[in-house]
Amino acid sequence: MGNVLAVLEQRGGVLKHASLETLTAARNLADASGGDVHAVVVGPAGIDLSQAGAYGADKIHALGGEGLELYQPDVYTSAIVDVFSNGDHSAVVIAATAMGKDLAPRIAGRLDCPLAADVIAVDGGDKIVVTRSLYAGKVLAKIKVVASKVVISVRPNVFTATENAKAGTVETGSVPEVERRANTAEIKAPESARLDVAEAPVVVAGGRGLKEAENFKLLEELAEAFGDAAIGASRAVVDAGWRPHADQVGQTGKTVSPPLYIAIGISGAIQHLAGMRTSQVIVAINKDPDAPIFKVADYGIVGDLFEVVPKLTEEVRKIREA
Amino acid sequence: MKIAVCVKRVPDTETRIKVDADGRSIDEAGVKFVLNPYDEFAVEEALKLKEAAGEGEVVVLSLGPQATQETIRTALAMGADRGVLLQTDLTIADPVAVAKALVAELDGGGFDLILFGKVAVDDSSHAVGVIVADILGLACVSAIGGLSIADGKGSATREVEGGVEVVEFSLPAVLTAEKGLNEPRYPALRGIMMAKKKPLEVKSVEVMTGGLEVLELSLPPARPEGRIVGEGPEAVPALIEALKTEAKVL
Repeated sequence: MGNVLAVLEQRGGVLKHASLETLTAARNLADASGGDVHAVVVGPAGIDLSQAGAYGADKIHALGGEGLELYQPDVYTSAIVDVFSNGDHSAVVIAATAMGKDLAPRIAGRLDCPLAADVIAVDGGDKIVVTRSLYAGKVLAKIKVVASKVVISVRPNVFTATENAKAGTVETGSVPEVERRANTAEIKAPESARLDVAEAPVVVAGGRGLKEAENFKLLEELAEAFGDAAIGASRAVVDAGWRPHADQVGQTGKTVSPPLYIAIGISGAIQHLAGMRTSQVIVAINKDPDAPIFKVADYGIVGDLFEVVPKLTEEVRKIREA
Repeated sequence: MKIAVCVKRVPDTETRIKVDADGRSIDEAGVKFVLNPYDEFAVEEALKLKEAAGEGEVVVLSLGPQATQETIRTALAMGADRGVLLQTDLTIADPVAVAKALVAELDGGGFDLILFGKVAVDDSSHAVGVIVADILGLACVSAIGGLSIADGKGSATREVEGGVEVVEFSLPAVLTAEKGLNEPRYPALRGIMMAKKKPLEVKSVEVMTGGLEVLELSLPPARPEGRIVGEGPEAVPALIEALKTEAKVL
């Protein structure tokens, strides 16, 4: 088996944390087969790549060119496929972020090799075996790769980024000139600067128990007390128009695995549980002691959220300010 | 405007999933199947574009077992013009193999747009539409939440972490739909009646299973039993203490 190509992701010239997780997953595969980890990053010049070596890259291809601050799918695809084909590579590993979910299938299509998407475990060796979560987490599938090359996207927040210092030799280059069939013209910042629910270390999620859209301000205050929290929402409140779809957690929303998930006024419909059951610690606050959410929660408080949440906000604020 | 919408038959999201005795597939007994929820947004967008253009055709394409005819009929009842089922009983784990089977039908079809839902809620690969685009050499924007098309050019928005990308492209193109792109219409009784008479071509296809082989399916490990720390606001200090000292997340 050959080397593993880890696709790193930058935003504004800074490597995303998910890229370090990608390196850890790539390292697992490479170590099992005796190969090296080559990393590739496409973007503007001057990206700090010291972490890539620290987290296991033997070599890093840094490819630059005009207007690459934004994700340009056609350019990125060709650039990465070129690096793959110009070396002895047998696998591509990439984080299943918004970019990775778009880019991984393009690479697999171009390389004409299978795509194992959004995997939650990889096992290297003679044949690669991955674990995927199907039906939004209701079933786990062990899947064997029966091909000489493969593209694997890894779910963010699942692999623990582990320091494993390697040479991290940087080779700079340029992206190939290719037609931009689709051109990313701009990226608009969201109206609020809050963290994305799929990336935040703490998710404060609300459901129909909030009674009306305005009451989400209780959750926003709690999120603010944490400082590093995002707001999540159940499908019911998104369908009711209380929250944007970007906040939805569940089978028709996002799948999240934060260190701390706080479900407030969420009963725990099966399609919601599917999207958050892999969180490390789950707290549920609900007035119904029989709500299914308590079945997956590590800690529960039975009570009126309109009384419990302000108290929780006050206590969290004390800790965070201390 | 000629538009293809690729759809999938999937278990309803409220369905509890059981693993079949063979350990490699799900037990379909008692499972309700529906049109993949994200595909509803794709069908709706196709219908809106055709209505706005005042002319055109919306063709619904699916790969799946015979029962997928019902799924296609649902899209026809919403207003699509005709359906094509590529019939196979194989469950294919590799999205590249699925894409190739669809490409064989789509290639040369003269479509201005090919729409997909961004992800099928069963195997969640988030991939088939994008791969189809790459094989056909077409522009592609995935997971779009907004779309405008005029004079053979389009602009779409897609949500990324902490922002919204604006992507420009020329037709023909492949787009995959995110929730929120539109409000899918419910099939009216008249649409359901009419759908029964709309053409639905069934073609038996030989498909390659691709490079992924399912070894086993299992239910996820149950979470260790949690505990109720108390009732009402008085329980908050106990919760904080548990999060600090037991769970160590504060």
